[in-house]
Amino acid sequence: MKVLVAVKRVVDYNVKVRPKSDGTGVDLNNVKMAINPFCEIAIEEAVRLKEKGVVTEIVAVSIGAKVCQEQIRTALALGADRGILVETDVEVQPLAIAKLLKAVVDKEEPKMVILGKQAIDGDNNQTGQMLAALTGMSQGTFASEVVVEGDTVTVTREVDSGSQVVKLNLPAVVTTDLRLNEPRYASLPNIMKAKKKPLDTMTPEDLGVDVTPRVTTLKVEPPAERQAGIKVADVAELVDKLKNEAKVI
Amino acid sequence: MSILILAEHDNASIKGATLNTVAAAKAIGGDITVLVAGEACGAAAEAAAKIEGVSKVLVADNAAYGHQLAENVSLLVAELGKDYAYILAPATTNGKNTLPRAAALLDVAQISEIISVESADTFKRPIYAGNVIATVQSSDAIKVITVRTTAFDAVAAEGGSASVEAVASAHDAGNSSYVREEVAKSDRPELTAASIVVSGGRGMQNGDNFAMLYSLADKLGAAVGASRAAVDAGFVPNDMQVGQTGKIVAPGLYIAVGISGAIQHLAGMKDSKVIVAINKDEDAPIFQVADYGLVADLFDAVPELDSSL
Ligand SMILES: Cc1cc2nc3c(=O)[nH]c(=O)nc-3n(C[C@H](O)[C@H](O)[C@H](O)COP(=O)(O)OP(=O)(O)OC[C@H]3O[C@@H](n4cnc5c(N)ncnc54)[C@H](O)[C@@H]3O)c2cc1C
Ligand SMILES: Nc1ncnc2c1ncn2[C@@H]1O[C@H](COP(=O)(O)O)[C@@H](O)[C@H]1O
Repeated sequence: MKVLVAVKRVVDYNVKVRPKSDGTGVDLNNVKMAINPFCEIAIEEAVRLKEKGVVTEIVAVSIGAKVCQEQIRTALALGADRGILVETDVEVQPLAIAKLLKAVVDKEEPKMVILGKQAIDGDNNQTGQMLAALTGMSQGTFASEVVVEGDTVTVTREVDSGSQVVKLNLPAVVTTDLRLNEPRYASLPNIMKAKKKPLDTMTPEDLGVDVTPRVTTLKVEPPAERQAGIKVADVAELVDKLKNEAKVI
Repeated sequence: MSILILAEHDNASIKGATLNTVAAAKAIGGDITVLVAGEACGAAAEAAAKIEGVSKVLVADNAAYGHQLAENVSLLVAELGKDYAYILAPATTNGKNTLPRAAALLDVAQISEIISVESADTFKRPIYAGNVIATVQSSDAIKVITVRTTAFDAVAAEGGSASVEAVASAHDAGNSSYVREEVAKSDRPELTAASIVVSGGRGMQNGDNFAMLYSLADKLGAAVGASRAAVDAGFVPNDMQVGQTGKIVAPGLYIAVGISGAIQHLAGMKDSKVIVAINKDEDAPIFQVADYGLVADLFDAVPELDSSL
């Protein structure tokens, strides 16, 4: 079966970003960019399913500026077979991303679409669920285990109370949680090979999707600073402070 | 203005997260309806009717909603939600699973995890693991919103007397089914509702050592949380993870033990009122957010703390 994986280019998770001083946006000058960690997990899962013989073809899709090719190439180096870039310079919001992905799904007709549960820049946690709604597919969000059997996929989901197992008819949307797998590193030969794998480019207009934003960011600011704390010398002082100063125990 | 809230419940009772969501709805202002979608959920609906500030409870009691599968509940929310100006749910795993699906069915955006209501169409929400707070304005006719529960003080669970109305429509998408659930059982307070949280990280070394934290927590009436490293290493189950991609907590007291303070962890706890860090590395970033930092070996400090309480 064919699997589509959505990969987003985001600021590397180790970078602590800051708002620009005029509040118009986040300072992304010379900041290291990477594949969203949850999307890396999505690719890894697709590759493992291919290694098991369940999946025959993996298509990696990214939406954004031309530079997103880098993340698609990384996905190809990790084991995806083909890439699709939906190229646009405007910032596309989750609903429009879901519509673009639906348009790609309509063309490619995959049995499963794997996305990250959340992009670590916008922290939206929406796109997979929205894509599932638009395509009428079932959804297994926050997956920590994915088992494909015939026309169904059984997904173990990380939920607030523990874990929940659901059985979904294919085609289905799956979104990954951190413990689904541990992504591999791309080997040098695979990085070289990835350069020769096909990468198609299309635009939102080609796909007939209106990507006009519904939500406007009026300003961004740093979170409230915490007041500097103190170091206590020992447990006795800690207990004293908690009892008599903070009065929390 | 009319507001529909998708209740967090377990058929028998209403979860605290619903009360925080009602608080956010009150901040928006308007007539508040709570939707209880479940199976044999009459008791939860009755409890919802008592919540302060709620004027109506809609109860959709049907086998299709029994396990609150997103495929089915989102169809119901989209059908009922058409008549409301706002649709809210708490940013729990349940709310996060269902609400974006309903938003897409209504062809509107979702605004995730708001922490404040600035005006009828403008809200604040954290992005980039809470390192940036964005003020966002929605142009959609129906505003679909998930609420970060720690940012809104719960309304009273008692005192209201809303009318309860049954909803007949049964939506069964027929493409998914519930298999089973493994619920972590604990007598301690729920992580997101506790007034004190004790969390352990990789420094705990193994799951058995968490016994030290359980003992401390029991003396304090606290819940126990963990860093992702501790969850990944299999010390404790995933529902204990605090952070950007785990649970968000903001207790009166948060005690971080053997946790370095990665931004993803801080995102889940830095709004706690008082933060204590116990770490043997005096340069650990956790100390930058700690009100009281103790540079010590946790294997000495935790038992000592326990016995001095
Ligand atoms: C996409 C993504 C999402 C993530 N989401 C989360 C999240 O939601 N929550 C989360 O927590 N992490 C999250 N992480 C992981 C995060 O980046 C860190 O790796 C993690 O928080 C580290 O956990 P830790 O502090 O327990 O471990 P470490 O960073 O290894 O720190 C262990 C600490 O214990 C101290 N220590 C060791 N032994 C002792 C001792 N005997 N006495 C006292 N102190 C001791 C050490 O000095 C050290 O500071 C995420 C990562 C990614 C990529
Ligand atoms: N611009 C994008 N290009 C490709 N995939 C995306 C994009 N934005 C979001 N996604 C996918 O949707 C997931 C969840 O993102 P979000 O809903 O924005 O938190 C990501 O992990 C990706 O798999």
